[in-house]
Amino acid sequence: MIDALFWHRLHFGFTVTYHYLFPQLTMGLALLIVILKWRAFRTGSAIHDEAARFWARIFGINFALGVVTGIPMEFQFGTNWSRFSHVAGGVIGQTLAMEGMFAFFLESTFLGLFLYGEKRFGPRLHLASAVALWAGSWLSGWFIIATNAFMQNPVGYAVADDGRLHLAGFWAFVFNPWGIWQYLHNMTASVVTASFVMAGVGAFWALSGRHREHAALALRTGVIAGLVASCLMIFPTGDRHGKLLAEKQPVTLAAMEGLFESKPGAELAILGQPDVERRRLENPLVVPGMLSFLVYGSFGSTVVGLDAFPRDRWPDNIELLYYAYHVMAGLGTLFIALLALSAIQLRRGRLAETRPLLWALMLAIPFPYIATTAGWMTAELGRQPWLIYGLMRTSEGTSPQVSAGNTLFTLLGFAGLYLVMGVLFLYLVGREIAQGPGGAHGAAPSRHSAIAGEAA
Amino acid sequence: MEALWFGIVAGMLAVYVVLDGFDFGAGVLHLLVARTDAERRTVLAAIGPLWDGNEVWLIAGGGALFMAFPVAYAAGFSGFYMPLMMLLWVLILRGLSIELRSHVQDPLWAGFWDATFALGSTLIAIVLGAALGNVLRGVPLDRTGNFHIPLWDSFWPGRDAGVLDAYTVLVGVFTLLALAGHGGLYLAVKTEGAVHARSLRAARLSWIGAAALFPLVTWATVQVAPELPAAAAHRPLVWLVTLLLVAAAAALVVGLLRGRPGLGFVGSAGTLFTLLGAGAAARWPVLLRSTVDPTLSLDAFRAATADHGLRVALAWTAIGLPLACGYFVFIARMFRGKVRVEGTPRA
Repeated sequence: MIDALFWHRLHFGFTVTYHYLFPQLTMGLALLIVILKWRAFRTGSAIHDEAARFWARIFGINFALGVVTGIPMEFQFGTNWSRFSHVAGGVIGQTLAMEGMFAFFLESTFLGLFLYGEKRFGPRLHLASAVALWAGSWLSGWFIIATNAFMQNPVGYAVADDGRLHLAGFWAFVFNPWGIWQYLHNMTASVVTASFVMAGVGAFWALSGRHREHAALALRTGVIAGLVASCLMIFPTGDRHGKLLAEKQPVTLAAMEGLFESKPGAELAILGQPDVERRRLENPLVVPGMLSFLVYGSFGSTVVGLDAFPRDRWPDNIELLYYAYHVMAGLGTLFIALLALSAIQLRRGRLAETRPLLWALMLAIPFPYIATTAGWMTAELGRQPWLIYGLMRTSEGTSPQVSAGNTLFTLLGFAGLYLVMGVLFLYLVGREIAQGPGGAHGAAPSRHSAIAGEAA
Repeated sequence: MEALWFGIVAGMLAVYVVLDGFDFGAGVLHLLVARTDAERRTVLAAIGPLWDGNEVWLIAGGGALFMAFPVAYAAGFSGFYMPLMMLLWVLILRGLSIELRSHVQDPLWAGFWDATFALGSTLIAIVLGAALGNVLRGVPLDRTGNFHIPLWDSFWPGRDAGVLDAYTVLVGVFTLLALAGHGGLYLAVKTEGAVHARSLRAARLSWIGAAALFPLVTWATVQVAPELPAAAAHRPLVWLVTLLLVAAAAALVVGLLRGRPGLGFVGSAGTLFTLLGAGAAARWPVLLRSTVDPTLSLDAFRAATADHGLRVALAWTAIGLPLACGYFVFIARMFRGKVRVEGTPRA
């Protein structure tokens, strides 16, 4: 039997990865819906209004799945990682409790208004509830990133005699410099995901010759927002995040880049597979000096490699970390290329007729999800072998009385349940996209008014 | 400071039971009081805009417990590993049933989610009660500060008892009846016509059942936790809360007998809140009672984080809690009045 630690890690890794498929869309989509609603409100454009209503339906399905898959996360800190909670709860409990109090109440309140209240409360309040929903979801993201930032780069804490961590500096903890760049990087990524979904759905409609006006609007909004966000992913957010990494977790950077030896003028690996046993990169394709330039701004600077650190401080799965990072960075670069081409055609007014690009945009929908997942795998695998960087090892954080078998059993339970939910999700979202905006139930009586009813 | 946070955490979890309690109760009664598709949509519409916010009280209350008493959170959640995981699965399915039912207009689809909603709500109501029973009875907390508890063992309360024993199941059934009564009153307030009449009737029957069980529950609680009455007797707060409980129960009885669901709902909310409040006040300062050895029980002082963290959290809680209450009042007012969906005759 593999030891319990592995299953605990997979348990959290699986449930959190699955959960995050939904919020990454809703956070970005909330912003795009606000933009659409704002345009509709200012110009009285019916098409923007109808588009906002369509995306609100997609948002509603995603939000519901995000909520129900999010609840387990807070439980798992206690159920599977009790020694970690015991030690760190006094610090990270702050942001988790604040998330509930400041973000979730806000979101759940205005979600009700947003989904059920359009007919009843008029356009002004409906726009306001969309803005509140966007603010709530982005605030929630902040609290989670601040929590993760503490695990990546612990600040604002004090260690008690019994080894427990207590809060010492609230502002230092909440405005962890690590968290600020990670947050911007992450939120921009959620805009990329939402943009690709919007553009991809628009491309689908355009290719199948349906909803022409809506296809054009979705393509335009998705391509422009996506291009801006994709560029922000690399500079400044990704760039600054990488520099912080070089400063706070140099061993992680070395592992991500597959840099086994410290050297001046370090090369950037574009392709290649790390061979950890022999400490080298197989079939490498590299840009000389580029890594030194990206990290320190000069091609001759020395970048420390894995050899500078004792083996027990290396991330414990360097291969996976390396691949995850390269998938993220590679996809990020391809996104810019695809969206830049689309933007050029959009400017020439030809995007809706450029079928190869439309095909590419439509088939691109899963890739921002893959990039985001790979990005989070980079962050979390890169933190290993630490649970709280430099303070607590991952192996010291699990629940001592929860066995490997029990953990595997409940992991399988989640896997089965989430599989069913995934099928339901695809069915419901596919149905909405096939019906399109307006359509069968876009006109009155809308489904949402059917559930909310009217005042007597 | 520990006492204040004990009060805040207990208060937030009690608010959770009162608020999510009415939508659980509505779920328990769903198949009984609503027979046609339109009636069932009415029930879902009555809780639709509110249930998610209600559930946030669990997340926020749990977060406050995590922050203020991390030692108790860690021991409690890992000790109840299996039952909590199963509770999560049911919570997920129930949440989906409310959100997904309306997406497809098809009798099979609707029927499946209606049944899931009713079954899930019923299970959770019982589990909530059983969880309360476990907290009152205690768990086999040992010298390491951890415990492991089977789902059930000998079904009799004692050192070897599991999560489910005669006592915790009794509390579970009591909770099911009380929440059904609570949810029935809520539905009676929000609906009209046949659903209204059936809900009021169901609320009466459920509360009669709960009242009939109450002396037995009280007696059994004293049997499993004999130190509680003595502690209660010395605490003025317990007496004050008990007085409020009597007042709330009186409102509940008058509301039920006179057929005034609004008054009855306020009474039942007050009854649930003060019952839990009296229990918490009598239980202070113990968070997790050990059935192995009373000296091993985990109290608020040993479980709390350092003072600075508690003070800082108090500052933002003073902003956050009123906001949360404000949102609830706001949304409840926005959706005030009876719900009516297409397809039901106007009364």
